[in-house]
Amino acid sequence: MVWDWIPRNTALIWGALQVHVVLALIPVVAGLVLAVPLGWLASRNGAVRAVFIPAASVLYTIPSLAVFIVLPAILGTQILDPLNVVVALTIYTVALLVRSVADALAAVPALVVAAATAMGYKPGRRFVSVELPLAVPVLIAGLRVAAVSNISLVSVGALIGVGGLGQLFTEGYQRDFPTEIIVGIVLIVLLALVVDGLLVLAGRFITPWARVAA
Amino acid sequence: MDGGIDVIEFRSVTKRFADGTVAVDGLDLVVESGKITVFVGPSGCGKTTSLRMINRMIEPTEGTITVDGRDVMAGHPADLRRGIGYVIQQAGLFPHKTIRDNIATVPLLLGWSKPKARARAEELMQTVGLGPEMAGRYPAQLSGGQQQRVGVARALAADPPVLLMDEPFSAVDPVVRESLQDELLRLQGELGKTIVFVTHDIDEAVKLGDKVAVFRTGGHLAQYAEPAELLARPADDFVDGFVGRDRGYRTLGFLSDEVPLGTITPVHVGESATGGWTLVVDEEDKPLGWVTGAGPVAEADVLPGGTLHPVASGSLRSALDAALSSPSGQGVAVDDEGRLAGSISADAVLAALAAAREAA
Ligand SMILES: Nc1ncnc2c1ncn2[C@@H]1O[C@H](COP(=O)(O)OP(=O)(O)OP(=O)(O)O)[C@@H](O)[C@H]1O
Ligand SMILES: [Mg+2]
Repeated sequence: MVWDWIPRNTALIWGALQVHVVLALIPVVAGLVLAVPLGWLASRNGAVRAVFIPAASVLYTIPSLAVFIVLPAILGTQILDPLNVVVALTIYTVALLVRSVADALAAVPALVVAAATAMGYKPGRRFVSVELPLAVPVLIAGLRVAAVSNISLVSVGALIGVGGLGQLFTEGYQRDFPTEIIVGIVLIVLLALVVDGLLVLAGRFITPWARVAA
Repeated sequence: MDGGIDVIEFRSVTKRFADGTVAVDGLDLVVESGKITVFVGPSGCGKTTSLRMINRMIEPTEGTITVDGRDVMAGHPADLRRGIGYVIQQAGLFPHKTIRDNIATVPLLLGWSKPKARARAEELMQTVGLGPEMAGRYPAQLSGGQQQRVGVARALAADPPVLLMDEPFSAVDPVVRESLQDELLRLQGELGKTIVFVTHDIDEAVKLGDKVAVFRTGGHLAQYAEPAELLARPADDFVDGFVGRDRGYRTLGFLSDEVPLGTITPVHVGESATGGWTLVVDEEDKPLGWVTGAGPVAEADVLPGGTLHPVASGSLRSALDAALSSPSGQGVAVDDEGRLAGSISADAVLAALAAAREAA
């Protein structure tokens, strides 16, 4: 371990970390925005669910490297374009969250939904004020999995030359320089832990009611 | 009060579900305004279905339902529902909203400002007997009985003229249920809403209902009458079987009491009893209990008495109960303030019953 390599390369490390965060988390946000309406459709319509859920599972099994390489052909982007990684991870996130959203909405007690309808909620407002908030705890669980898995998948992007902490990894390997590899691994793990912890905190903050029930 | 104008009318209403189940079959019924109408009957007889057709949670297959002359199928269902309070079993509260916000739901949907809706919610918490400290709690932090009160408050929030209640008290224990029933009657005395109340408990039905509709399996109306009439003259064997074996005793609850009171000489604590059973009263003449034997009366000697019969509001049932539950065999009657009014014997109650039968 060459400790003084770290202070000499803070700019490089900091830059890789920033790229990594952006590449991992933009897809989480985009995936969430897409998954909520799709999951809602799946929770309301058995036929839609019967198509979406297996399709999502299949999508999730395609190796990430293959997707990174195939996407440029489909999107017409350059192979090194970070957009490929963002799009690929968004697809994974959607695939993962559609199921979470559908399950969470299906788990909202029918009695509560019936009460809301009987009070005079129209379906759109009922979804925003009653069903979605009640789905948040399950949704947060799905988001945690998606965020951590994205953080690890972004490193794979380094293999096709997209930046991020994975780059420390590939470089360190090419130069046979373990310090850089270790710094990359440690930072990826730390980043995953921090993001996961923040999601847990955010979940607690927006669902104070879920804690009193326990 | 804006309650008391709404009549709900079912005209040849049939509900056939997609799977062919006929839940309600040719129902003709007029729910009177400002009264409590109870739908009662065995499980699966179509009570909930009938109730939910009133606020269009379920749409009738045939026939029409009007509320205050307006067909429920006209207009947007959400608008109809905001004018009809709805209380369901286990309250159906929103777990993620505070008690205050649960109660404020309909006012907010109607576009009231937040402060106004919340002030209204807090006012209603008081109406239904919930302490203000509960306003910020979540439903999971309340007991079943308290949740049920929140359910009632939520239904009353926008002061709807019509209230639908589907087995609202069935999930709480008998003692709490009784106090909730009493409170509903008290509230109704003030508010005069048109209430449709569903239960499968005949005791609850005759206690709460101004009129009771007995449903038979298959969605038919078996009898629609005032409770006393229902108990005294069941329309057929089904109703007879449903109102149960105790109906003779229950009927007593609807016969106003014409029992002559006997005189009784009570003693106060510290005074001397003359032997046998002696009633003890406090300084305000309120009954404390009984002592046996002669000699000075100590507070520790007083045995608890039976139930008391309120002369002004009591029935033959409460008179008989007072006589039967008293350790001395003499029932105790009290006035509005709870002061001793006289004694009641079981024989006198039975004589009054015979007279009432003759008159009927
Ligand atoms: N959505 C539905 N689809 C098919 N059948 C239904 C549906 N809802 C109710 N039913 C049937 O209609 C009949 C009447 O049901 P309903 O819920 O009105 O009964 P209920 O009198 O309220 O009974 P309970 O006392 O058990 O609540 C039952 O046979 C029930 O199985
Ligand atoms: Mg029912």
